Amino acid sequence: MSGQNFRGRVTLARPGVAGPVFVAPFLVLFLLLFLTPLGYAAYLSLFQHHLVGGTTFVGLKNYVTALSDPLLREGVGHVALFFVIQVPVMLILAVLFALALDSGLLRLAKVVRLGIFLPYAVPSVVATLMWGYLYGPSFGPFAQIGRDLHVTVPDFLGSSWMLASLSNIVTWEFTGYNMIILYAALQTIPRELYEAAAVDGAGAWRIARSIKLPALRPALTLTLLFSVIGSFQLFNEPALLQQLAPNVIDSSYTANFYAYSLAFTGQQVNYAAAVSFLLGLVIVIISYVFLFLANRRRTP
Amino acid sequence: MKTRRSTPLTIAMLAALAYFLIPLFWLAVSSTKSTQDLFNTFGLWFSHSPQLLTNIRDTFSTNGGVFIRWILNTVFYAGVSSIGAAFLAAFAGYGFAKYRFRGHKAGFNLVVGTIMVPTTALAIPTYLLFSQVHLVDTPWAVILPSLINPFGLYLMRIYAQDAVPDSLIEAARIDGAGELRIFFTIALRLLGPGLVTVLLFTLVTTWNDLPASVTATTGTSPDGRRVHVVHNWNWNPVRLQAPADLTDVLSDKSVAADSSLRLGAWDARILRS
Repeated sequence: MSGQNFRGRVTLARPGVAGPVFVAPFLVLFLLLFLTPLGYAAYLSLFQHHLVGGTTFVGLKNYVTALSDPLLREGVGHVALFFVIQVPVMLILAVLFALALDSGLLRLAKVVRLGIFLPYAVPSVVATLMWGYLYGPSFGPFAQIGRDLHVTVPDFLGSSWMLASLSNIVTWEFTGYNMIILYAALQTIPRELYEAAAVDGAGAWRIARSIKLPALRPALTLTLLFSVIGSFQLFNEPALLQQLAPNVIDSSYTANFYAYSLAFTGQQVNYAAAVSFLLGLVIVIISYVFLFLANRRRTP
Repeated sequence: MKTRRSTPLTIAMLAALAYFLIPLFWLAVSSTKSTQDLFNTFGLWFSHSPQLLTNIRDTFSTNGGVFIRWILNTVFYAGVSSIGAAFLAAFAGYGFAKYRFRGHKAGFNLVVGTIMVPTTALAIPTYLLFSQVHLVDTPWAVILPSLINPFGLYLMRIYAQDAVPDSLIEAARIDGAGELRIFFTIALRLLGPGLVTVLLFTLVTTWNDLPASVTATTGTSPDGRRVHVVHNWNWNPVRLQAPADLTDVLSDKSVAADSSLRLGAWDARILRS
């Protein structure tokens, strides 16, 4: 590797060839480990397996079955409700926390920032088990305090509270993560802008509303997209809470959990593949709707 | 510009902080309790007979210290996967950021588009494919899928765009450095912070990975027959389809191919073909 490269002795010296060389290792593995299984799943979803008679090609029959499957509808219904309630609460909290941290009005800002982010570092399995104990109707601390004060504490693991309890766990886990993304976006705003606004007579609220919130839009779109993907793929939390409340959480409580149960417990690999594809399609459609709305509002 | 501090805001934020830290406090308190105290004493305070050291000793000595083995497994898998994934993402992200070639746009969009694909959708076909190429009972079955991180590639491309100035690459070319050498001696250093971010993301994901509920390990016995050990790591009973004619080693019952095999909660079966 000396100056000789320049005369074209090593083909890599030509930038036109170097680009593909850089991206090839990733793309080859991507093809083998991502697209091949995906293609294989698409292929599997077109077949049906019978104990007697083996595997037969059925075309789109699995998809037709899935569309009218009441269990899948129930699962999608749960995650949709979860998405509509939990995501706004989490993102509004994250925005408020990020604005508070960025305002410079806070004492102990570093401690607060680290503390709110800390739950993200806790594995979701541990977080769910932990909250499962805290929710417990006989040994959980909330129930204990309620008994001492003679107040009836709701049954957090009962059917009417379960979705709220799940929302609380996910909010606890991911508010800090979203807060950090939004806080980082706020930090990139040039400070001179605030000084100029202050000179023009804008107060802290006015600056937050007119400068900071518009500047947060790209980061907020990103966190919203992650939340769409995260809520519709909700799996770990319901799968673990099922041990504590088997009567409330059945194997089709969320759509992703249903696909998993079909494949690994029910051994219906073909139908599970079709369900997974429909779920992926729902996520893609919702994500694009959000991207479309976000882009349209930016360029009126 | 030094702004004054706000006490009401600080109090409000400390209240929020309490919500995030109390469960962790409960976790710390509970780690000092015996199983009995865990259920009988007040959850958010210590019991009269704290036994943190006993609990730690139990964790490390149960089942002949298998916990240490688990920790080492996690360190190994998370370490290899995250370093590999971060490096692949940096290499490809730099390629997409600094070069234009045929299929540039299509390749990048294809990768980024798959961020939305549910990962559980891939688990089953990946397992089936890996079992066909005999990768299932090797460490590669865990490492290979986590090497590909589409979101990491996206981050690295965005980061490389600004972190490595084009003028620097031009200057290195004029000085006669090859493209790979430019990457390894100049770009990689400038990509450091982005690389660490991707590394941490993958590390957290692999570290927190929930293992599949049913695992099957296959080996060859000394007499050349295939031995399958099937575990159900779950409270739910599971039904499996026997892939071939098998014999249960312990009960000597035969299981015909395609017939259903039932595993109770946390059950394990050893089968021979």
